Amino acid sequence: MNLDDLAEKAEEYRARDAGITHEVRVCVAAACQSGGSLPVLEALKAECSDGGTCKVKGVGCMGLCSAGPMVAIAPKGGTIPDSILYREVKPHDAVEVLASVGGTPVERLHTPTDQPFFARQQRIVRENSGLIDPESFTGYVAAGGYAGLIKALSEMTPGDVLREMTTSGLRGRGGGGYPTGLKWSTVAKMPADQKYVICNGDEGDPGAFMDRAVLESDPHRVLEGMAIAAYAIGATKGYVYVRAEYPLAVERMELAIRKAKRSGFLGSKIAETQFSFEVEIRLGAGAFVCGEETALMASIEGLRGQPRPRPPYPAEAGLWGYPTLINNVETFANIAPIITHGGEWFAGIGTEKSKGTKVFALAGSIRNIGLIEVPMGMSLREIIEEIGGGCPGGKAFKAVQTGGPSGGCIPAQHLDIAVDYDSLKTLGTMMGSGGMIVMDETCDMVDVARYFMEFCMSESCGKCIPCRTGTWQMHELLDRITKSKGTHKDLALLEELCDVVQATSLCGLGQSAPNPVLSTLRYFREEYEAKLTAE
Amino acid sequence: MSLLQTRPALPSDDKRWKLVNAAMRRNGYAGHALIETLHSVQESFGYLDEPAMRFVAGSLDLPLSKVYGVATFYHLFMLKPKGRHACVVCTGTACYIKGAGALVDAVEARFGVRPGETTEDDRLSVLAARCVGACSLAPAVVVNGDLAGKQTADRLVAKLEELA
Repeated sequence: MNLDDLAEKAEEYRARDAGITHEVRVCVAAACQSGGSLPVLEALKAECSDGGTCKVKGVGCMGLCSAGPMVAIAPKGGTIPDSILYREVKPHDAVEVLASVGGTPVERLHTPTDQPFFARQQRIVRENSGLIDPESFTGYVAAGGYAGLIKALSEMTPGDVLREMTTSGLRGRGGGGYPTGLKWSTVAKMPADQKYVICNGDEGDPGAFMDRAVLESDPHRVLEGMAIAAYAIGATKGYVYVRAEYPLAVERMELAIRKAKRSGFLGSKIAETQFSFEVEIRLGAGAFVCGEETALMASIEGLRGQPRPRPPYPAEAGLWGYPTLINNVETFANIAPIITHGGEWFAGIGTEKSKGTKVFALAGSIRNIGLIEVPMGMSLREIIEEIGGGCPGGKAFKAVQTGGPSGGCIPAQHLDIAVDYDSLKTLGTMMGSGGMIVMDETCDMVDVARYFMEFCMSESCGKCIPCRTGTWQMHELLDRITKSKGTHKDLALLEELCDVVQATSLCGLGQSAPNPVLSTLRYFREEYEAKLTAE
Repeated sequence: MSLLQTRPALPSDDKRWKLVNAAMRRNGYAGHALIETLHSVQESFGYLDEPAMRFVAGSLDLPLSKVYGVATFYHLFMLKPKGRHACVVCTGTACYIKGAGALVDAVEARFGVRPGETTEDDRLSVLAARCVGACSLAPAVVVNGDLAGKQTADRLVAKLEELA
């Protein structure tokens, strides 16, 4: 199969909807489903059964999760900004919603799409999200899906793919920011008769739900990225490791794997080439540390998810000792467009050292809660105040936590920073996987630090002593301070422990566990001191 | 000595064991299928007890200590039976900031159980999750598998009281 054959297929799938002028899209991702979007979908389908010019379908996440269930009326093939968008739609609104197709919007439900939340986004990872039916293989192909894989297989050598990835400047979206091209090239160079590709979907960072939305909204995109990676590095087997807490994501991924296999985009001799690639799902079982790559591989092997020292890196000796490429969900979702449009195109977006876009999950004390995708280098102020709409209820912004329990907080005086991997590091936090928890003036920062320490304490795997014991001791100290029973000596001991745990822990969980404490101490030390008692 | 490993018989004629066996067979009784197998035991029986772990250990040819080690390592696996109803309170960051603590306290005040505990009449188990990924609906709970967002203490207690 070549690109022309695929384009023909896509055209054939599009032709099935020849008489359709408008699509009524109902979000069926997890957040909107729990808000009751499935009955809305049913009601709309029942009202629109005459086979006219309008098609009702379930789609993935549109982003503004706090306003769900979301319904969009779009001209066929239109994007979200082209649509009439409705919020908090109920089944009994179906008639009114359908009556507004091609006419005036229903004022009561209407959410303008020219507001910054939609207008300021640039969607690459999420370009299909909210537009296509995540359970439909033909829908993905009709939207241009699998063109990246077919282009790689029919027109490029594995070396070409690696060069394109290096040119793109893509960095790992799981939080570390390691250059993807370099990682792929390292695995590709390893001589081995078996290699593995792993997609890390163990989104354990509380307050982050980007990967969940990608898996639920556009699962084929992730599979396509994995297949391209496998071709580039010479792997034949892949695993998608997903948290068991995301049942809908697991279900959609399983369906996508089955359909891709049936259509010959996974399995043996893909697209009539010699390239074969199988993918299996592995479920997590509720351990945060399994997001760490060596712990994740132990979990796939059926063991306790405990990390091991690196080197050797997974690229040299990973799953069952074989060279293994492990990337995050969002990283894999970036691959197909890079291959389709070229690495140069991708490198033209973002900042000098951080290319492309980043998906962020906005949550906490912010008006527009949900998912956004913006070019790297956008200022934090634009993200929080314009796109996010600021804190609700007229409260003043105090800080935003990025990077979850491994990251830190950024106070109001640094809001003008341009967000990329390196700038966040200079502020003592990190990009992390993309969760942004906004805190307003009512938030107690010492309590936030205690909360994160409690998290790290109970998620510590127990393998190395600095993390196992250190997080417990730090939590005790923080607990004492929040209860106004701590002394200056306690605070000094806490700072010393931060240093020890950071420097001597085995894996990233322990090394970064003190970060929330260090960062709140850096910017809100007076809040700690106000709680201390005299000796 | 036969090279063929003899697998233990099903612990009882409960049909659910066949589901567990099928999960192991699908993975060729490989040791690395341990977590998948434990998931299937928990899905079928609600929790992992000693006979189940012994059966899995024997079938996958793993030491019982290893099965027990994995079962206790992962938070999702329960070694005790759950109550008839399960309420999972999300304690992720977004929910925490929006008052998950108050939900936990309200449930304790009304039913006398903290996360990880089950009421004496086996009616309700309360669990805490690290983040269910529904941050837009914070604070969120999962009652008997259904996600419910934007909870208040009163609404949650009322919802739990309605359960039979």
